[in-house]
Amino acid sequence: MIKKLAKVVAAAAIVGALVATAVTPASAVVPGIKTGLKIAIMPKAVNIGYFTAWNKGAQKACKEIGAKCDYVGPTEATGPAQVQFINKIIQQRYDVLVISAADQNAIVPSLNRAKARGITVVTSDADVAAASSKSRVVSVLPAASDRIGTAQVDWIAEAVGKKGSIAVLSAAATAANQNAWIAAMGPYLTKKYPNMSWVGGTVDKSTFYGDDDATKSTAQFAAILSQYPDVAGIISPTTVGVLAAAIEKKAKNAKVKVTGLGLPSQMAPYIEDGTTEKVGLWNPIDLGYVAVYAAARAESGTFNGRVGSSFKAGNKTYKVTKGGIAFLGDPFTFTKKNIATFKKIY
Amino acid sequence: MKKKYTFGWDQGVAIFLLMTVVIGSFVSEYFANFDNISFVIQDIAEIAIIALAMTYLIIAGEIDLSVASILCLSSATLGFLFRNGAPFEMAILGGLLVGLLCGLINGFLVTVVGLPSLAVTIGTLALFRGLCYALLGNEPVNELPEEWIVLGYENIPGTFLPWSTIPLAILAAIAWIVLHYTRIGRWTFAIGINPEAAKFSGIPVARMKLGLFAVTGLMSGVAGVVYTLRFASASPDGAVGYELSVIAAVLFGGVAIAGGVGTLWGVLAAVLSLGAIRSVLQLIDFSANALLVVSGALLLISVVVPKAIEIYQSRRNSAFVTKI
Repeated sequence: MIKKLAKVVAAAAIVGALVATAVTPASAVVPGIKTGLKIAIMPKAVNIGYFTAWNKGAQKACKEIGAKCDYVGPTEATGPAQVQFINKIIQQRYDVLVISAADQNAIVPSLNRAKARGITVVTSDADVAAASSKSRVVSVLPAASDRIGTAQVDWIAEAVGKKGSIAVLSAAATAANQNAWIAAMGPYLTKKYPNMSWVGGTVDKSTFYGDDDATKSTAQFAAILSQYPDVAGIISPTTVGVLAAAIEKKAKNAKVKVTGLGLPSQMAPYIEDGTTEKVGLWNPIDLGYVAVYAAARAESGTFNGRVGSSFKAGNKTYKVTKGGIAFLGDPFTFTKKNIATFKKIY
Repeated sequence: MKKKYTFGWDQGVAIFLLMTVVIGSFVSEYFANFDNISFVIQDIAEIAIIALAMTYLIIAGEIDLSVASILCLSSATLGFLFRNGAPFEMAILGGLLVGLLCGLINGFLVTVVGLPSLAVTIGTLALFRGLCYALLGNEPVNELPEEWIVLGYENIPGTFLPWSTIPLAILAAIAWIVLHYTRIGRWTFAIGINPEAAKFSGIPVARMKLGLFAVTGLMSGVAGVVYTLRFASASPDGAVGYELSVIAAVLFGGVAIAGGVGTLWGVLAAVLSLGAIRSVLQLIDFSANALLVVSGALLLISVVVPKAIEIYQSRRNSAFVTKI
């Protein structure tokens, strides 16, 4: 009797399995991407709001392409801590790893090992060292350095009505990122906005350094106003500077327009009350979303990550540029319209 | 307290390790395979190498909290020398020498100056770490020679064992023989049980301790080289917090924090247990936050349980005495 029952159960199980196989859609949900991929999304560290948003975008992409995505990673943002989780990914036979590199060197041997086991690796948000770019297929990064600078010029031009003189309130004089962005602002302003100028004549002479310190940034903001009373706008390409500028502008009820790179959660009150019309930053949600598409296409064999190749994510196409990097494009901007949503995210 | 219960702590650890492996293979299909064994060994290699020396030090009644900083400084020295044009072999030698030197500094301050090792090595923990930053700046050294890096992450050809198994196995064998079958081993226990008595029985206590600190420094240096190869880079923030894992493993392996008691194989079983537990928890998708709790809990268990047993037994003994 029991044996018979067992047979029936076994038969039922087999039939069930067959039915399940038949029900699974044979064709992909998104053309060019295999369904049912097992994807790991690894932040520098879990429990960081920025990466929670990043993962949100990744999960959205996963849903669209019918993949199973797990958000895994260490609690401390170090390379060695990530390595343990990369090993786990290798063990658990994931198809794809999308990772924000907490250390541009230390995780490279592990990524190579993952690659050797056939795992498709894509870095997103933070890349490995340029010399190790072979350890991943492609890197999905926010925006090209030049464009981060020139986009901010566009924002301030819009705010001041495309005329008047402007200044920059930067981080430290040695900050490499900021310096690269600022260098791109100079020629762009001259070329695109002939009725605008720099308060000090050139962009270098119009740049003030707040050292990413709230007090110092506030003092430098005041210094710009007293030195150049007719300054029309100030760009602050750093989250500390732009926040200090907004606070001080409001306190002094100054007329100068302010924009720059700001965290929506910090800038929300000043955008809501009109102190600043617009600030921008890259959108981690898009970063995660695009990275999953790039990785899934690479795993499905419809994208190879070579310079000059391109891939589609959602309804946009992204091109791979020098160094195997795909840039999202313009920084994402926050205005009264969308700030309520984004201030909750990061 | 001579052998009261035939069932020792170190046997308990071995059974614990076995249970972890058995349970691990049941709860995760990815646990018991050669790949994972390779990962676990890689993961614990540095901790195991340092733990070998730390076993001696704690048995002798001393401790070294600066081992992770020495590891880092040795790795930083290696990177610094290589960055400045030294051949890689020389850079490795330099890293090992710096490890030895750090151990000698600790030993000198403890044995010659006469300071407690806890205080000394808390100081050098910060000092050596600071020197890492001074040496490398905020710039990690990468682009190490490829033929060396592969030793850091590949297996010995034809086996499932990572290259780091070789130094680990050789050093463990030496440490085992010396601790349990030579005069140096007996002296180490004697010093831990009663340093005064050891001194009067003609054991060169100060020289022994200096030697143990020096060897611990050197082993941390070896671990530093292994670490550098494994992560293909030398970075000033490497191996932060490793001293805790080393000490947790040694104590969990049955070495008494007060000194005088312990076996090397107990410690090795404990290091493996630590690696196995971490692997199992990771593979069953335990959150990373919970992993921290586990090593902390193991440390506490290994200190609290023996003490509890001791108290329980002395109570029972005294009760017995009063009855008579």
